Amino acid sequence: MRIELEKRPKVSVLFSIFSPFIALALTLIAGAIMFFLLGKDPGYALYSFFIEPLTEVWSLHELAIKAGPLILIAVGLSVCYRSNNWNIGAEGQFIMGAIAGSILPVVFYEWQSPLVLPLMLLLGMLGGALFAGIPAFLKAHLNTNEILTSLMLVYVAQLFLDWLVRGPWRNPGGLNFPETRTFAADAILPEMVASGRAHWGFAFAIIAAVLIWLMMRFTLKGFEITVLGQSERAGRFAGFSSRKMIWFSMLLSGALAGLAGISEVSGAIQQLRPVISPGYGFTAIIVAFLGRLNPLGIVASGLVLALTYLGGEAAQLSLGVSDKVTRVFQGLLLFFVLSCDTLIHYKIRMVWADLTDTVKDGGAN
Amino acid sequence: MAVHEQAVDGSLLAVDKLTKVFGTFAACDHIDLAIKPGEIHALLGENGAGKSTLVKMLFGVLAPTSGRILWQGEPVRISSPNAARKLGIGMVFQHFSLFEALTVAENIALSMAPGISLAKISEEAATLSRSYGLPLDPKAHVADLSVGERQRIEIVRALLQNPRLIILDEPTSVLTPQEADRLFDTLAKLKAEGRSVLYISHRLEEVQRICDRATVLRHGKVTGACDPRQETPSSLARMMVGSDVAHVSAEGTSARGDVLLEARHLSAAARTPFAVSLKDVCLKVHGGEVLAIAGVAGNGQSELFDALSGEYPVADANAVQLRQKPVGTLGINARRLMGSGFVPEERHGHAAVSALPLSDNLVLARSVSDRKAFLGGGRLGIIRQDAVKRATKRICEVMDVRKSGEDPPAGSLSGGNLQKFIVGRELDRQPSVLVVNQPTWGVDAGAASRIRQALVDLAKAGSAVLVISQDLDEIFEVATEIAVINEGRLSDAYPAKDLSREKIGLLMGGMQVGKQAESLDAH
Amino acid sequence: MGIVEAILLTVITAATPLVIAALGELVTERSGVLNLGVEGMMIIGAVCAFVATQQTGSPYIGIIAGTVSGALFSLLFGFLTLTLVANQVATGLALTILGLGVSGMIGEPYSGQSGAKLPQIVFPFLSDIPYLGPLLFKQDLIFYLSIVLIFAVNWFLFKTRTGLMLRSVGDSHSSAHALGINVIRTRYLAVLFGGACAGLAGAQFSLVYTPQWTENMSAGRGWIALALVVFASWRPWRVVIGGYLFGAVSISQLHAQAFGIGIPSQFLSALPYLATVAVLIVISHNRRTTLINTPASLGKSFVPDR
Repeated sequence: MRIELEKRPKVSVLFSIFSPFIALALTLIAGAIMFFLLGKDPGYALYSFFIEPLTEVWSLHELAIKAGPLILIAVGLSVCYRSNNWNIGAEGQFIMGAIAGSILPVVFYEWQSPLVLPLMLLLGMLGGALFAGIPAFLKAHLNTNEILTSLMLVYVAQLFLDWLVRGPWRNPGGLNFPETRTFAADAILPEMVASGRAHWGFAFAIIAAVLIWLMMRFTLKGFEITVLGQSERAGRFAGFSSRKMIWFSMLLSGALAGLAGISEVSGAIQQLRPVISPGYGFTAIIVAFLGRLNPLGIVASGLVLALTYLGGEAAQLSLGVSDKVTRVFQGLLLFFVLSCDTLIHYKIRMVWADLTDTVKDGGAN
Repeated sequence: MAVHEQAVDGSLLAVDKLTKVFGTFAACDHIDLAIKPGEIHALLGENGAGKSTLVKMLFGVLAPTSGRILWQGEPVRISSPNAARKLGIGMVFQHFSLFEALTVAENIALSMAPGISLAKISEEAATLSRSYGLPLDPKAHVADLSVGERQRIEIVRALLQNPRLIILDEPTSVLTPQEADRLFDTLAKLKAEGRSVLYISHRLEEVQRICDRATVLRHGKVTGACDPRQETPSSLARMMVGSDVAHVSAEGTSARGDVLLEARHLSAAARTPFAVSLKDVCLKVHGGEVLAIAGVAGNGQSELFDALSGEYPVADANAVQLRQKPVGTLGINARRLMGSGFVPEERHGHAAVSALPLSDNLVLARSVSDRKAFLGGGRLGIIRQDAVKRATKRICEVMDVRKSGEDPPAGSLSGGNLQKFIVGRELDRQPSVLVVNQPTWGVDAGAASRIRQALVDLAKAGSAVLVISQDLDEIFEVATEIAVINEGRLSDAYPAKDLSREKIGLLMGGMQVGKQAESLDAH
Repeated sequence: MGIVEAILLTVITAATPLVIAALGELVTERSGVLNLGVEGMMIIGAVCAFVATQQTGSPYIGIIAGTVSGALFSLLFGFLTLTLVANQVATGLALTILGLGVSGMIGEPYSGQSGAKLPQIVFPFLSDIPYLGPLLFKQDLIFYLSIVLIFAVNWFLFKTRTGLMLRSVGDSHSSAHALGINVIRTRYLAVLFGGACAGLAGAQFSLVYTPQWTENMSAGRGWIALALVVFASWRPWRVVIGGYLFGAVSISQLHAQAFGIGIPSQFLSALPYLATVAVLIVISHNRRTTLINTPASLGKSFVPDR
């Protein structure tokens, strides 16, 4: 048996809407099988993974806290991927944004002013953007593959943060723990509503998603991004510069990842530690694809992926399975998303081998 | 069909009601065809008639939906190119079957039975190529060879299999007239050896000259089987096209205005290892005339287009002049703002983005030149979809673009209809200078004649039109003056009426500029 | 054994997995497929090799388990990109993410256990050659395999007909298809080979380099292997040179840390990653050579007409 693809004469509207849902369903089925193999009751396991975290107010707040950075980063990545720039170093840009934004509350902790927070956010965006500027420069001017450089810089950023919190930025009154001093009150991103912990980072994410959706949908800039992503040559014919687009998309996604980083640190953690991200920068890649690189879709998919983080924690408590299950779920989801996207452009047919060749193949292959 | 039954008897290869359906579209619809031993059989048809699909089925690349293939009277199922070669069928593709990064010998080895050493293959290839007058260096890399040399590899590769039937797909479309003559000699030799040739072409003159019989296809169906020597070009054309095609003539165009487009000693280094550098190109196009640039593919045509359009600006501002202003260093949109329009060779992924609707593809070429009409919102640059859609509709009506739906993706249009849209997109602005690279490449006869007429009409209205083309028929239809490009150098321009095909062929083959005058006189 | 030999020995140990994984990826890319999932296949190989060794007590079964699991895991990539023509870049990332997740889950019960180190195979007499002997003839099986692999890949790609076919598929899949070469089958095999090599390289981590299981123990070396292929401009011998250079860089930072030369350890640890970036810059700066050497169909999906 083999599988054959037949190109659809037109892109299937039906499948471009439903393919993420099919992927989700397949992930749930695969997850149920996995729990079954682990000796757990699949129904209960899936319930405690995906439903239970949604039943309480505090956990909804946690959902928003986790979804915020995922959406912010993924929205930026969607612009990169649509324009064919493969920034996979958002994790590093997130960290550098957090570090840059923390300069004020850690180094200049004595300065107290209502300006501190807005400046921190700006510095965070700047830090992320500058760090993304490295692979951007290398690609735009030296023709260096951005996939590898942006990824390598993630490790550099992680080590840099590790050095800071163990070395020069360590809290002098902190019993030698590897962490900075905790942020002062005016350096903390406030909560959105009184009912829980969720901070303004989530609101930033929604605003960014809507703005970028508007840009992609209605403006010439959005058109330029689409054209250059589809064909660099056609973009050149239109007078668009792919070099400028490298800069634009990388700086934009770096700034958003940096904003996510400083929001996380200032809103949720309130100090710097050796590890400040449970892999948001990588998970956001999945968020971007599950949202089909559409900013509004990304809002929904960001919530779904945030749920896998919460579900992993919940499942660990209620089922005693490892929280590594979360990463497996995320990986599976991306696989199914990519598989299901095939349905948008192709009809898939099963062909049963027929062995009636009159003239047999020569042995050449 | 009784006549067909008769024809099948004693034939080397026969095809009986062969059909290939893609989705709902029948690319080949109940095709009958019989090739006798030792004959050169023409398969005639215009672009999209189903010739390539038929040939791919004969060579085992595509599987037929229904119908039979008979080899020496026996039904066979050709499941792969290897099976075809084993039967004794050799194939010379029009393009897409050589590997640029490999050597000539390696390219040949890939189609030979396993177990023969590269050294032996090189030796055999060298012997064979000498005996057919097709010199080849087995160690050369394909990327470094000219189009004519590449075709020799294909032919030698096919001949090494000692085939009984050789299929050639549009073999002369890439050759100079002189190279084509040499190919015809080779074919005559093959015929004398008792081999059969299936010769695919849309060039009537060639078919009448060398082919013993012809089968004509139109829209996937056989519309005639005849002896081409008994027919007239127009009767053959009618079988191919189905109706008479309007004749285009450059009459009425003449250099009567100012020089609107000029290249002054234009030079540009090759951007990639496989590209050609431009060397000291000079040309002038006046208002009211069509300058056509002939040449074999890969001699700097795309590079010339890139430099003239400003997609790749050059270092010397004076090297390109639009309406007597230096623009060499300016980008494509600056040049569009000065009233010029451009149509590149490749439709998909250069002139148009296949996945985007026609309206978006209109914005593609005109977002800056028609900023006022198409964009709103000041610096935000919001695209006015209503205005764009109206203009798209207008262009489609004027150029008779046939499409499914109101605003379908560019990729869903046939080559001819998309090309009409792409040309129409520029004509709609009434440009004073239009540069077109291969205006009707892979386009059906109806659309081609319409596009050529539009180019001539634009010149008649006073614009300067530059047409770069490999198709000599096209060049003679539209040109006021003709120049020839060879290895990045451009010859002087001659009035079209003073040039013959043979003279152009000599220039295409790289006849030195100094010797030109003599050799042209000699003819 | 002197200090120089000891250092060279560690360089070889650090370089071996890079060479193996990069050679595998080189073959994959020569067929026109860009598999960015090397890191994921590596870590799967590492965990499966370790678990199999712990279960059976035999590190040789561990080697087989690592290689086979890497190959099987690459099949997932092959199915998506070759059969379903999914985007190769995105699918490679997915493979890495999934590999890190699955390996973490499989390996969790084993983390912290001390494993069996792959024994050395000593060649009598040869290993007594001064200097070279202990370096080249007193090594473990995976090192010897890596040497065999270098010659085998070189011979296969440039001396055999199948290797020629593989290169032709990477140069132009449509031409190869027109000549009757089975493009998809060739690419599946190339992907499988790349996966097996990555799995074997992973086995080296958990059986030789540090005989234990720790999560994310590949630490980006799959990505470095990918960079090596670019660095080598798709030529096997240059992969070897590059691999050993990188081995040297990563070992020198360890030694520098041990000597405590006053530079913070994090900066030294960052050295291999920064070196990768530097090398990529130097290589890609020359656009011409990159263009000539890159397999022309690299990263492009192929759907035959039927």
